[in-house]
Amino acid sequence: MKQQLRLSGSGGQGVITAAIIFAEAAVADGLEAVQSQSYGPEARGGASKSEVIVSDEPIYHPHVEHPNLVLAMTQKAADKYFIDLREDGLLVLDEQLVPKPPKFARAFRIPITKLAVEEVGKPLFANIVALGALVRLTQLVPLEAVRTSVANRVPPHTVEPNMKALRVGWDAAGKGMEKQGMGAFTPKAGAGGAR
Amino acid sequence: MTKARLMQGNEACAEGALAAGVNFFAGYPITPSTEIAETMARLLPKRGGTFVQMEDEIASMGAILGASLAGAKVMDATSGPGFSLKQELIGYAACAEIPCVVALVQRVGPSTGQPTAPSQGDVMQTRWGTHGDHSILVLSPWSVRETFDASVLAVNYAERFRMPVILLLDEIVGHLRERVVLPEHVETYPRRKPKKTRAEGYQPFAPDDDLVPNVADFGTGYHIHVTGLIHDETGFPSGSPAVTAEAIRRMQEKIARAGEGIVHTEASFMEDAKWAVVAFGGTARTAYEAVRTMRARGGKVGLLRLMTIWPFADAVIARLAKQVRGILVAELSYGQIVHEVRRAAAGACPVALCAKYNMKAFEPAEIVAGIEKLMGGDVK
Repeated sequence: MKQQLRLSGSGGQGVITAAIIFAEAAVADGLEAVQSQSYGPEARGGASKSEVIVSDEPIYHPHVEHPNLVLAMTQKAADKYFIDLREDGLLVLDEQLVPKPPKFARAFRIPITKLAVEEVGKPLFANIVALGALVRLTQLVPLEAVRTSVANRVPPHTVEPNMKALRVGWDAAGKGMEKQGMGAFTPKAGAGGAR
Repeated sequence: MTKARLMQGNEACAEGALAAGVNFFAGYPITPSTEIAETMARLLPKRGGTFVQMEDEIASMGAILGASLAGAKVMDATSGPGFSLKQELIGYAACAEIPCVVALVQRVGPSTGQPTAPSQGDVMQTRWGTHGDHSILVLSPWSVRETFDASVLAVNYAERFRMPVILLLDEIVGHLRERVVLPEHVETYPRRKPKKTRAEGYQPFAPDDDLVPNVADFGTGYHIHVTGLIHDETGFPSGSPAVTAEAIRRMQEKIARAGEGIVHTEASFMEDAKWAVVAFGGTARTAYEAVRTMRARGGKVGLLRLMTIWPFADAVIARLAKQVRGILVAELSYGQIVHEVRRAAAGACPVALCAKYNMKAFEPAEIVAGIEKLMGGDVK
């Protein structure tokens, strides 16, 4: 079992934090995990990408080759980072911030940032809404481990809204899965399969 | 053993230093090394140590040298641009025999280059960045856990040999987070102490049996004179040709005498290998994946990973070159360590270079292609 996830967006949206939390939950659950990132020299704006590999075996090459899942939180990130997504992979998009979804059969649109504003109160929580959705969609790591990791990794006074954001994302993904008639996303493991 | 946790390479560098007894850190933050200073700033005060953010990279190097002379175990962390600034004081530490560790997290250069992109282009600078006939010790780990171990080792070697030790990370390993289980206890090398009193004729720079002097710390009752001028056993400058020759010989010999014990390498899939990849740091992880791919196809390929970069693994490479038909050196630069591999291989087998310098880390397929090219069809 080896799963490769790529979380992308714009610098400041928090995709790196979301990826760290995901990887930390995997480690807490007894799995091997690596997390890496690439970003420009600027603190805000610019393309930002973070990758997580989860496996039950040691992980050597630390970067994603052909992702099983790509999350894109901006149009630019969607266009740039879905290119090497595996054919049987899943593309998760912020419904409002990616108005022109790339042509990909298994695309899953969620109003991530809209939910963060309307349900949690600030766009700041979009990354944790997205995280909640990814946890539901992949079912790679238990929600409880993710909750613990969120509590560890966010500023103490924001734990409560972040927990809410996690739940909002989880629920939104569940609703969407029901609507699309899909069960938990269980991509095939192994090498190859790049489009 | 402690509990498994997700840790970043830069954090592991700081944790290793603390475990080894570092109690003074001075630095000036720079990408991609900043998390080392951040972790130190968070943890050192809680453990009774001192963290100082200095006004620049030169000052932070000066601060750790002063603290070391006063008895502290010290570390500083930087990236290429800062490392360039520190060269004069690294030479001073080599000449005055001041124990210190500088963590260098490489990014694309020269100059400010590409601040957030990985590179392994500072290999030769760690060896020859400061002027003169000095010796140096450089360790380059490939994983977060090994970064912890190498950080402990760097501090211990700095104390044992009383010299600057460079912990050479790349952005790949420095910024990588992965699952680690840290040891509960590590071996530490205590600060060397004078074995004689002044009345018994103590000379601070008189070498012990291992050629390393037992220089007293400031404030422990001894008069110590420290200088970057070549000095005799008293620590005061000497214009004597004999003293100069002996000082330079001793700086080289104290490391050479330690032999292969400080040259850490790791061989994977090498038992029956007819071809070898040589790599270090983050690149070695991708090389490992490439070698596994070749093995799955029946290719007799192995990996030799260098953890000690300097002193160079001359004897290990010489043996390797006699075992295999060809060596591929994969490095994230225009080609630096390849020259050392060629020198050590001394013509016993061809040595090819797989170089990359476009801000991107290697992908396994690129190293596989390099191996296939080297093998020239010798693969099923």
